[in-house]
Amino acid sequence: MPAASPPPPDSWVRPCPPEQGGGLWVEPGGFHVDPTRAVTRAVITHGHSDHARPGHAQVLATAPTLDIMRARLGASAGGSLQTLPYHQPLRIQDVTVTLVPAGHVLGSAQVVLEYQGSRVVVSGDYKRRHDPTCAPFEPVACDAFITEATFGLPVFRHPPAAAEIARLLHAGQVFPERSLVVGCYALGKCQRLIAHLREAGYDKPLYLHGAHLPLCELYQRHGVDLGELRPATVTGKEEMQGAIVLAPPSALMDKWARRLPDPLIAYASGWMRVRARARQHGVEMPLVISDHADWDELCETLQDVAAPEVWVTHGAEEALVHWANLNGFRARPLHLIGFGDEET
Amino acid sequence: MERFAALIDALAYQPARNGKLRLLVDYFAQTPDPDRGYGLAALTGGLSFAAAKPALVRELVASHTDATLFALSYDFVGDLAETVALIWPQRPGSNQPSPSLTEIVAALAGAKRADVPGLIEGWLDGLDATGRWALLKLITGGMRIGVSARLAKTALADYGTAHGVAVDVDAIEEIWHGLTPPYQPLFAWLSGGGPRPDVAGTGGFRPMMLSHPLEEADLESLSAADFRAEWKWDGIRVQLVARGQPGAARIYSRTGDQIAAAFPDVAAHMGFTAVLDGELLVARDGRIAPFNDLQQRLNRKQVTAKLLKDHPAWVRLYDILFDGDEDLRGLPFDERRARLEGWFARTNPTGMDLSPLLDFSHWEELAALRLNARDSAVEDGAIEGVMLKRRDSTYVAGRPKGPWFKWKRGPLVADCVLMYAQRGHGKRSSFYSDYTFGAWRGQPGDGGELVPVGKAYFGFTDEELAQIDRWVRNHTSNRFGPVREVSPGLVFEVAFDSVHPSARHKSGIAMRFPRISRIRWDKPAAEADRLETLERMVIS
Repeated sequence: MPAASPPPPDSWVRPCPPEQGGGLWVEPGGFHVDPTRAVTRAVITHGHSDHARPGHAQVLATAPTLDIMRARLGASAGGSLQTLPYHQPLRIQDVTVTLVPAGHVLGSAQVVLEYQGSRVVVSGDYKRRHDPTCAPFEPVACDAFITEATFGLPVFRHPPAAAEIARLLHAGQVFPERSLVVGCYALGKCQRLIAHLREAGYDKPLYLHGAHLPLCELYQRHGVDLGELRPATVTGKEEMQGAIVLAPPSALMDKWARRLPDPLIAYASGWMRVRARARQHGVEMPLVISDHADWDELCETLQDVAAPEVWVTHGAEEALVHWANLNGFRARPLHLIGFGDEET
Repeated sequence: MERFAALIDALAYQPARNGKLRLLVDYFAQTPDPDRGYGLAALTGGLSFAAAKPALVRELVASHTDATLFALSYDFVGDLAETVALIWPQRPGSNQPSPSLTEIVAALAGAKRADVPGLIEGWLDGLDATGRWALLKLITGGMRIGVSARLAKTALADYGTAHGVAVDVDAIEEIWHGLTPPYQPLFAWLSGGGPRPDVAGTGGFRPMMLSHPLEEADLESLSAADFRAEWKWDGIRVQLVARGQPGAARIYSRTGDQIAAAFPDVAAHMGFTAVLDGELLVARDGRIAPFNDLQQRLNRKQVTAKLLKDHPAWVRLYDILFDGDEDLRGLPFDERRARLEGWFARTNPTGMDLSPLLDFSHWEELAALRLNARDSAVEDGAIEGVMLKRRDSTYVAGRPKGPWFKWKRGPLVADCVLMYAQRGHGKRSSFYSDYTFGAWRGQPGDGGELVPVGKAYFGFTDEELAQIDRWVRNHTSNRFGPVREVSPGLVFEVAFDSVHPSARHKSGIAMRFPRISRIRWDKPAAEADRLETLERMVIS
C-alpha cells in the first residue's frame, strides 16, 4: 500500500472554543491539551493555574505536574491522574503522545503529538535559559510548532539571571539594615530565585511568605536543593535586617510587609524590563528574571525546531508572526483564550 | 559607563532621600577617577556638550531595526530612549568594548556635529540595555532622576565622613565654585589622600551664616535688648562678591552656585569691591513683587531683554562680610551694620537698598509686627516673617544655634477634602501616605465639585497615618495603580505659606509648602472650604 501523504497539521489539531473546553483539541486522539474548562481527557503541559485547571475526568501529565496539581487543587485535581514520564511515547486512540522537557518550571513539558506521519509540538510555556530547578528545553523537529509569545517583542531581552541576582546582593550590602523583599510567583519563579541565590554562594537562610512554603517543600521532595528555608511569619524585626524574603507580589504592598524593617521592594518578572511597569508596581529594585522565552529565545527556538509552520499563541503574537514570516516560516496567530493569567 | 548606568538606574527607582544618598556614596566609593567625577558632573549639571536631538536617535534606530517591529515596540514601551535602549540589536560578532563615561564625555566635547551619530552608534553597540538607556539620557540632556546638586554634594560630604575627613555639605559648597570636572582634587581630599582644594583667587564664596527656626518657647529665655530684628524677605538669599568691575562680579546662591549669568541686571552695578549678604527679589518702582515673579527669573541660563524689563531684579542688603579687602566677619553684628550703612551711603549702588531694622523694645511688639506682616500694605506677600540677630553675633559659617533666628509668620490654613491617596515608599510602602486634597467649586450637594488644590505627605503622626490608611482602604471608590480615589468624607486642615495662580492646575491655584496641620475627623466634607476662599488668598 503506498504511503499516504501526512495530513496537514491544522486538519487534526485545532484551537478549541471555550464552550467546548478551550485550549487545543486533538481530534483523532479525543483529548484536549491545557483545556480551560473541565473536560473528559486532558493533557497538561505544566502546573500554572492558567494551564492546569480543575475538574477534568482524566489527566495526563508528568509526575511533578500532577503533584503540583494535587497540592494546589486538592480533590479537584482530576478524576484519574496518569503519570507520563519524559520521552516515553503513549498511544491515545490514533495519536502518539510524548512529553519532552520545556524548561519552564519543574515538570513542565512540551507535548509532542504524532498522527499518520504528521508531527505537531505544543510547547506550552518555555524558556531556553539556565534554570537549576528543572530539565532544560529540548527542540523537537516537527511539521507545526505551537509557540507562546508572552515576551514576543524585541524590547524583551532578559539579562543573565546571575547579573540580576548580583544586583540584589549588592543592594543588600548598600542597605544592610533593610530587609530585601522579592515579589515572585509561588510556582517556579520562587524556587528558581532561591536556586540562583544558592548558585551565587548565598547560603544564609531564606525567608518565605506562607503562600510560598508548600511548593518549595514540593520541589525539595522532587530532589531540588533549596538550602535552609524559614517562614517569614514567626520572626522579629531585628532578625529580618539584611534578610532576603520571598513573597507573592500581592503581599508586597499590603499590610503583610509592615512586619519587616524598612523593606526594600524588589520584584522578579520579565515585565520589569519596562520602567513604566516597574514603577506602576512601586518597585525599588526591578529584577528582570523570567521563566518565559525572551525575544531572542523565541526566534532562536523557531530556527532550532525548523518547523515549516508556526502557530503563535498567548502574548504579543503580532510581532513574532511578522518576524517569522519575514524569516521564511508560514506563521499565524492562534487566538487561544484564557492564558497568561497566572505568572510571567 | 556600567557603574554610572547602574547608579542612575537605581536612583530612578529610589524615592527616599537617604536611599539616594547611600547609592551616591556607594558610587563614589566603587568608581575610579576620573569616571566618578564626570558622573558627579552629569548629576550636578556640570557637563557641557550640545545635547543630541531625539530625531538623531530615531534615525539611528531606524537604520538598525525593522520598522514594524520598532513601531509595535515603541507603542508598547511608550518612551523613545527606553525603546531604543531595549530594542538595539547586538551586532553578531561585534566585540565593541564598553566605553567609559570619561571617553564619552571627552569625545562629545571634542566632536564635530557630523561625527556624533557614528560615535553614538558605536557606544550603543558596546553597552547593555541599562547602559544604552543611561547613554541616551545623558546625551539628550534629561536625567530627571530626582537628584539635586545639593543632594549630590551632601553625598560627597557623607563619602568624606566615611573616610575620616571632617567635612560637611557647607564645606563642600564653600569650595564648589572653584572646582571643575572631573573633580580629582576634591575626591583626593574626601578620600583622605590630599589637602582641601585651594580655591583662593577664584572669586571666593564665603559659606553663609544661617538661622534656626524660633520656637516661641525660646523667647522666654531671650532678652529683646540683645537682639536686632529685620523683615524676613521671601526671595532668595544671595552673596554678592564684587571685585572692582561688573565683568568680574559673582553672585552666589545659598548653596554656592554662581548665578551672575542669570542676573546681569544686578551684576552690571557691581563695580565696587565688597562681599555683601542680602536677598534677591524682583521689584517694580521700588515695590517688591511676590516670590512667583522672582521664580520666572530662576533656573535660567540666559535671560531675554523682555524678562529683564518685566521682572527687574533687586537686592535688599542686610550684611557686609568684606569692605574692600577688609574682612569684617569677626565684628559683632552692630558694628557690621554700621559699616554696611556707611558703605551704602558712600557707594549708593543702583538696584540695591538696605533691609531696614525693625523698631521694637519688647517681644510683644515684635510679635505684633510679625502677625501683621502679611496684611501690611507695605510689601504684602514679600515678607515671610522676621529675622532675629544677636547684636553681638559675629558672622560664622553654617547654622550655629543661638545667634540668629527666623520667626516665620503664621501659616494660612484651609479645610480641604481628601480626594486621592497614593502609597508611600520605603517604610511607608504599605501605607497610603501621599494625599491630594481639594476644595469645593460651586455648592456641595448642588452640582458643586471638588477640584484638587494641593498635595501633602507630612504633618501627621505614625498613629494618624495608620488611621488615615485604614480610612482610605475603607472608602476607596476607584484605583489607578498605586493611587486610590476616595469618596469625599475626610477633611484635612491644611497649612500653607501662600497661594499662587497656576495655569498647570485645574483649580487655577497652587499652594506653597502645603502640609497637614490637623485631621478633622469631626467635620463633614460639605463644610470644607470653597475654592473662592483660597482664590482670595492669592497674591498677585
